[in-house]
Amino acid sequence: MMQQFVQETGLVVPLDRSNIDTDQIIPKQYLKSIQRTGFGINLFDDWRYLDPGEPGMDHSTRRINPDFVLNDARYAGATILLARDNFGCGSSREHAPWAILEYGLKAVIAPSFADIFFNNSFKNGLLPVVLTEAEVDTLFDLAGTETPMTLTVDLQSQQVTGPEGFSASFAIDPFRKTCLLEGLDEIGLSLKDADAIRAYEARRRGEAPWLLRD
Amino acid sequence: MAGRTLYDKLWDSHLVTQRDDGSALIYIDRHLLHEVTSPQAFEGLSLAGRTPWRLSANLATVDHNVPTENQAAGVSAIEDPTSRLQIETLDENCDAFQITQFKMGDLRAGIVHVIGPEQGATLPGMTVVCGDSHTATHGAFGALAHGIGTSEVEHVLATQCLVAKKMKNMRITVTGPLGFGVTAKDVILAVIGQIGTAGGTGCAIEFAGEGIESLSMEGRMTVCNMAIEAGARVGLVAVDQKTIDYVKGRPYAPSGQDWDLAVAAWADLQSDADAVFDHEVTVDGTVIEPQVSWGTNPEMVTGVSGHVPDPQMIDDPIHRGAIERALKYMGLKANQSIDSIRLDRVFIGSCTNSRIEDLREAAKVVDGKRVADSVIQAMVVPGSGLVKEQAESEGLDVIFREAGFEWRDPGCSMCLAMNADRLGPGEHCASTSNRNFEGRQGAGGRTHLVSPAMAAAAAVAGHFVDVREWL
Repeated sequence: MMQQFVQETGLVVPLDRSNIDTDQIIPKQYLKSIQRTGFGINLFDDWRYLDPGEPGMDHSTRRINPDFVLNDARYAGATILLARDNFGCGSSREHAPWAILEYGLKAVIAPSFADIFFNNSFKNGLLPVVLTEAEVDTLFDLAGTETPMTLTVDLQSQQVTGPEGFSASFAIDPFRKTCLLEGLDEIGLSLKDADAIRAYEARRRGEAPWLLRD
Repeated sequence: MAGRTLYDKLWDSHLVTQRDDGSALIYIDRHLLHEVTSPQAFEGLSLAGRTPWRLSANLATVDHNVPTENQAAGVSAIEDPTSRLQIETLDENCDAFQITQFKMGDLRAGIVHVIGPEQGATLPGMTVVCGDSHTATHGAFGALAHGIGTSEVEHVLATQCLVAKKMKNMRITVTGPLGFGVTAKDVILAVIGQIGTAGGTGCAIEFAGEGIESLSMEGRMTVCNMAIEAGARVGLVAVDQKTIDYVKGRPYAPSGQDWDLAVAAWADLQSDADAVFDHEVTVDGTVIEPQVSWGTNPEMVTGVSGHVPDPQMIDDPIHRGAIERALKYMGLKANQSIDSIRLDRVFIGSCTNSRIEDLREAAKVVDGKRVADSVIQAMVVPGSGLVKEQAESEGLDVIFREAGFEWRDPGCSMCLAMNADRLGPGEHCASTSNRNFEGRQGAGGRTHLVSPAMAAAAAVAGHFVDVREWL
């Protein structure tokens, strides 16, 4: 069942890199878990900690990388991540949005996202927000100051608003928007079309019988 | 009315219902499963009291976690308890839901994107999905194939459909002929170098032109495999006689009357002459040379005669910063020549390059030679038990072993280092895999993406060399 997303007002943590891949978001050794939870502590593991991490270890005693922006005290409690182009490229691991959400982030703002990550985010109630390069530049400027920036991401109005009159609108598919706003069970929705699926199969058996042999 | 692209045709023939909001339900013919992205999906299915919609659409195997040494000892002998549990969980789920699975040690088991085509479980005109981004591989057969997340794995299990939105059409025409000694891997790396890691985002890429048509089916799989490294979930190649010849007689391929019907239907699996693409790119295949990646994403690549770039020559500050960071991570200097990069390890394997032709190309290069003393480890990991068996029947294992390579059991292995096969910090690896991201092959490891022949030559020389001079 998908988590709802309606509106988020929170601190923004600026991660000024492009092409952030899912191997960085949640490294492969943690994908051995058969659970949906437990990934937040290992979000951006290779950048966040100075010592190598393995599943099952006590991560609270690991050496923190003070130069990594998520470890900067100014951004403690951030709920919105700001990044550059092609965020979430690489593997299809849904552990990436799971880790981001469990860390406490609710939305990611970037000029572009990789397709599979983008898709996986919606399935879990994480909102990926695409703004223009110029808008993202402005946000990096605003977020990089001594006083951290708070933004509001409103899904209903599809608006991001912030300090110094910052306001930007973003696009979103109507279906995804509805699912997020209402926290819908997508499988349940699709099963409402069970008759259409069966009708397709019956038709397809005539056209391409080799595809539907048991 | 303009003609349709191959992608348009595949989409149209799988459309179950188009919704008013722009989304659609598309039907999935083949669902491949592996141990990493499925456990939470099976759990969700059970919790909701649902069962698989059509069992025969599913085929599972274990690949990401499996050890590549002594698989004969069985799952219980796997040392890493978390890997063992994940493999046992897939075994249990497949048993419980009665899904066909090739378990570890089964001759038919191997990397999911190798075994699908090998078994004829991937067919032209199908939709194929798997919880793995390299599912694009199967597009080499004129199938609509792409990676999905775990929620979608559950969705496909429960409904045999995906909620999808139509992608844009992109065609990449690779002119030919390709130069002597230039392989499919060099072609796709050069394409990514040209269009970038996000060049195909939102698109289904059809690869066309003499440079693609001249490739074998295995070569086409290598090209489509890395469509995702160009940002595209889908890579496609039109069906031709090579496709049909490859599929014929495989265990899951249609036979008898079904075969004749299928072959007749597959004749239409190409873009119409008057089809319109949203994006068209032409790559001059005649000038592609063997490629070597120098950076931390697949677009950071150049020809073997080239040099590492100088960030000072880059105006755009974000691009410059990315190159500076990559060179620092990779331990390389600006303007350093590619052939001066020394290797610590060599990995020949992965869903990109672990098929029999890949192993033949590499074996041809190392035959009668020795891995350089400076190389700590050189390993060959066949893509499946059947590839391994075939290679052994041709004596390739002996060639590799005598040259100083390790000859392993099938699996994903050092491509993503989920099992024990991995790089140490700072080590340079010539790898036939698909991703050179930071830490991909082990924390601090430095990956250079190359073809099997280039990896083999680098193993012998201890540094990159132009393999064309050895052929």
